[in-house]
Amino acid sequence: MKYLFIILIALLPTLAYAGQAKDLAEDPVLEQRMVHLAKNLRCLVCQNESLASSRADLAKDLRQEVREKMKQGMTDQQIIDFLVSKYGDFVLFDPPMQRNTILLWYGPFALLLIGLAGLVYQLRKRRKAVPEVHLSDEEAQRAAALLNEPKEPQK
Amino acid sequence: MTRFWPFLAFVVLVIFLYIGLGLDPHEIPSPLINKPAPAFTLPQLYNPAKQFSSEDMKGKVWLLNVWASWCVSCREEHPVLMELSQQHIVPIYGLDYKDKNPDGEAWLREGGDPYTLVVTDANGRVGIDFGVYGVPESYVIDKQGVIRYKQIGAITHENLQQKILPLIAELQSK
Repeated sequence: MKYLFIILIALLPTLAYAGQAKDLAEDPVLEQRMVHLAKNLRCLVCQNESLASSRADLAKDLRQEVREKMKQGMTDQQIIDFLVSKYGDFVLFDPPMQRNTILLWYGPFALLLIGLAGLVYQLRKRRKAVPEVHLSDEEAQRAAALLNEPKEPQK
Repeated sequence: MTRFWPFLAFVVLVIFLYIGLGLDPHEIPSPLINKPAPAFTLPQLYNPAKQFSSEDMKGKVWLLNVWASWCVSCREEHPVLMELSQQHIVPIYGLDYKDKNPDGEAWLREGGDPYTLVVTDANGRVGIDFGVYGVPESYVIDKQGVIRYKQIGAITHENLQQKILPLIAELQSK
């Protein structure tokens, strides 16, 4: 009787069936495709997380939306276009090249060019700031005398 | 002069950082502005057997307010909507987003019901169509069914007076 009780207790955890993550196993190929796509999409709620990794409610809904669109036979690009049409370019982790992102894409290079131009300008100015010095005869002799002085014996 | 350059650069940097602080990263401009509002047909909150279609609103300027009983900022916004509804300027339609009907009804009993009609979007599908990513959100939709303005976050007296009401008056006069 005692052993039966123990066995029953030991079996209790099997009752704790978790009905979660069902949609994951439904179609592993589709799921992989969805995750691959969602990795490059931004979750709008927790903005530095991807749609694939976010646990926000909206991210969950959007993943489901992506799954269903894939089942309907939409291509990845069509799904991305759909999400951009609803949420804007913000959902893309990789912002597209367009008029309002020119500064984003080329700004750093522009800054680099400005820096280089500044450097060249400064170097030229410095060369001008140290003019060629013409020595008078007297000075030249003195300089020669100084330069020709016997060196001190090295220790 | 040259010794002031670093200081000048510092000032410019401070200005940029200051502007950056003032921007709200949660306000993402909606691509739906000046585009036709997504059409939807949804069950009504008080009478789920009855459907409401956004097509019925053609010819009217209206405000679509997305809310939920679980939404904290909606409580802040609610008194403003109550006031607005009493002025009878514009019909306010509520979209109860990802909510349970009894919860939504209880919430409106408690705080008052500013809405001409409330529809429910239990699974958030229509929300996705409208690009909803945080509640509350409100849309001003014109007579042609085009979204003219989106308020992200709570409607306050300030943005109501400064933006929403002038826009509604302009759209209604067209």
